[in-house]
Amino acid sequence: MHSRFISLAILASALMLPPALHADEHGGDAPMASIEMLTGACVACHGPGGASVGPATPSLAGLPAVYFIGAMLSYKHGQDLDAAEAEAASDPELEDVEVFARHGTIMDRIASGYTLDEIKAMAHYFADKPVFLATQEFDAELASTGEALHSDNCEKCHEEGGRSTIDDMVPLAGQWKYYLQYSLADFHGGARGMPKKMKSRLKEVMETEGEGGLTALINYYASQR
Amino acid sequence: MTTLTRRGFLKATGGIAAVGTIGMSFPQLALGGNKNVVVIGGGAAGAVAAKHVKLADPSINVTLIEANDHYYTCFMSNEVIGGGRDISTIRHGYEGLANHGIQVVHSKATGVDTDARTVTTEGGDSFPYDRLVVSPGIDLKWDAIEGYDMAAAEAMPHAWKAGPQTALLRSQLEAMDDGGTFIICPPGNPFRCPPGPYERVCQVAHYFKENKPNSKILVLDAKDKFSKMGLFTQGWERRYDGMIEWVSGTDTAGGIAEVNTADMTVTTEFGDTHEGAVINVIPPQSAGQIALAAGLADDSGWCPIHLDTFESKLVPGVHVIGDASIATGLPKSGYAANSEGKVCAAAVVAMLADEEPGTPSYVNTCYSLIAPDYGISVAAVYRLAEDKSKVAKVAGGLTPSDASDEMLAREVQYAYSWYNNIVADMFA
Repeated sequence: MHSRFISLAILASALMLPPALHADEHGGDAPMASIEMLTGACVACHGPGGASVGPATPSLAGLPAVYFIGAMLSYKHGQDLDAAEAEAASDPELEDVEVFARHGTIMDRIASGYTLDEIKAMAHYFADKPVFLATQEFDAELASTGEALHSDNCEKCHEEGGRSTIDDMVPLAGQWKYYLQYSLADFHGGARGMPKKMKSRLKEVMETEGEGGLTALINYYASQR
Repeated sequence: MTTLTRRGFLKATGGIAAVGTIGMSFPQLALGGNKNVVVIGGGAAGAVAAKHVKLADPSINVTLIEANDHYYTCFMSNEVIGGGRDISTIRHGYEGLANHGIQVVHSKATGVDTDARTVTTEGGDSFPYDRLVVSPGIDLKWDAIEGYDMAAAEAMPHAWKAGPQTALLRSQLEAMDDGGTFIICPPGNPFRCPPGPYERVCQVAHYFKENKPNSKILVLDAKDKFSKMGLFTQGWERRYDGMIEWVSGTDTAGGIAEVNTADMTVTTEFGDTHEGAVINVIPPQSAGQIALAAGLADDSGWCPIHLDTFESKLVPGVHVIGDASIATGLPKSGYAANSEGKVCAAAVVAMLADEEPGTPSYVNTCYSLIAPDYGISVAAVYRLAEDKSKVAKVAGGLTPSDASDEMLAREVQYAYSWYNNIVADMFA
């Protein structure tokens, strides 16, 4: 979407500007709000420091920045994934950002209120926090079934039982159950996009275990402390 | 405002040096360079402002003056009225704020001397401030509806400040016979929590449907339009068809003129009199009493402020946040109050350091529960207009009217999460 030469030129010129200044679709000439001010908007729903007290709103603490940015750009541009990808491609720092379809309840109404610079700042703020593992109820038997399903199907990418954030992998362990349930329902139902490898693994789980397989996985991740 | 600013660090070390040099016999000298921020009112805006001033600059002495030992959130209080939630779950204490190093004083603020820059309390104590944040919430206008005074509110609760009034309305609904009429009288704009009366209608309707199915709800409105109107009326038709009658402001000629607690009747401005088994009168409101006493309100009864700092346009050095302020563009909601608390806290910390306040950012998210599996919401992101005349919406919107049952059910769980997290943001 962009030539390397132009990207470097933009990057170089950006480095010469005062870092907080931006002129864009929302901010006019005003300097960017502080990171505490920006993330103050998130935490009244997602929890202080991005550690949600649940039961459904996901914790943001420890999410890899590229995952956060990809999610926000998807929400920001609604169903227009081309526009979301174009915005990611406009920034050479965001090479690794992948944008998949997402079906939010309110985030698709909120995300378009923020510029790319603001989204990046928020992403780094939450990425710097330790992953928050929520304490929640789970079914031990289902969790045990889920652990086996995870090892067979998910562990290769979601390492360490879904705790790992290596290679910008989104942590699953300790995420809130309702959110995991909604996410898996959307992945399965097609409202949410995913990488090809995950798609084939999810298909495998559904074919062999059905919906019960998803419930088992959810209980496994909920059991992680 | 990072937690550990260089300025905060220098102040903190400076303070320690002073103690070391002068010794413990003059502790007040060690605090001599520290600034005093007093916050009146520990609600949705005030608690957040106090916490965020302290987090941004721990060297600032923050005192929170709050009349009550516990705070009952108005948000989710409608679910208590509907019977879906126990009132103990909306009651919160101030220990968490004290643990942040905030001095919490449980007394009523009775006066503000804006020349001497002190706040006096009922207990007779005086608290000096460099900057004062007033977050008094609302007061009810007892003179606005004939016959509706504090005594009448024991017979016909307003339940518009959560706590005993919430419990009273709940107990009246429980005692009501099946087949009775519940009358609710929402006020004209502006008032606290614009969708609140209509969510209350849903919660009571749900209770009736499950327990007293022959009962009716009569809404005698002062307005022709209300918040989330399309979504609420859609929800009423889908879930409570035939139970709810809404009478517009045109047909009441502007709401309620008079109440009679002996007969349990209300009379509209138009002249129609209605009898109810349980009557919920939500009277017109103003900024809380202390804001009026301190000269912070204009003729409207609300407090004009600068939208970038929430400093009063009438009294320098005093900031007004939450429902009491005229925050043009923002609703009088719990989340907007939270946002105002954060914008104000950042401005207070900057102004005390003789710095230019940073760029503000505002947000609002407000859920309403139509049924235990049916939630709706409005959300918005705002920025200060370039001429600073208003807070302008740059994104947002309502739950789509064609949202699936699955998405409406998800909104309920997100509403509960919103509640738990905003409460943690205030009090943890």
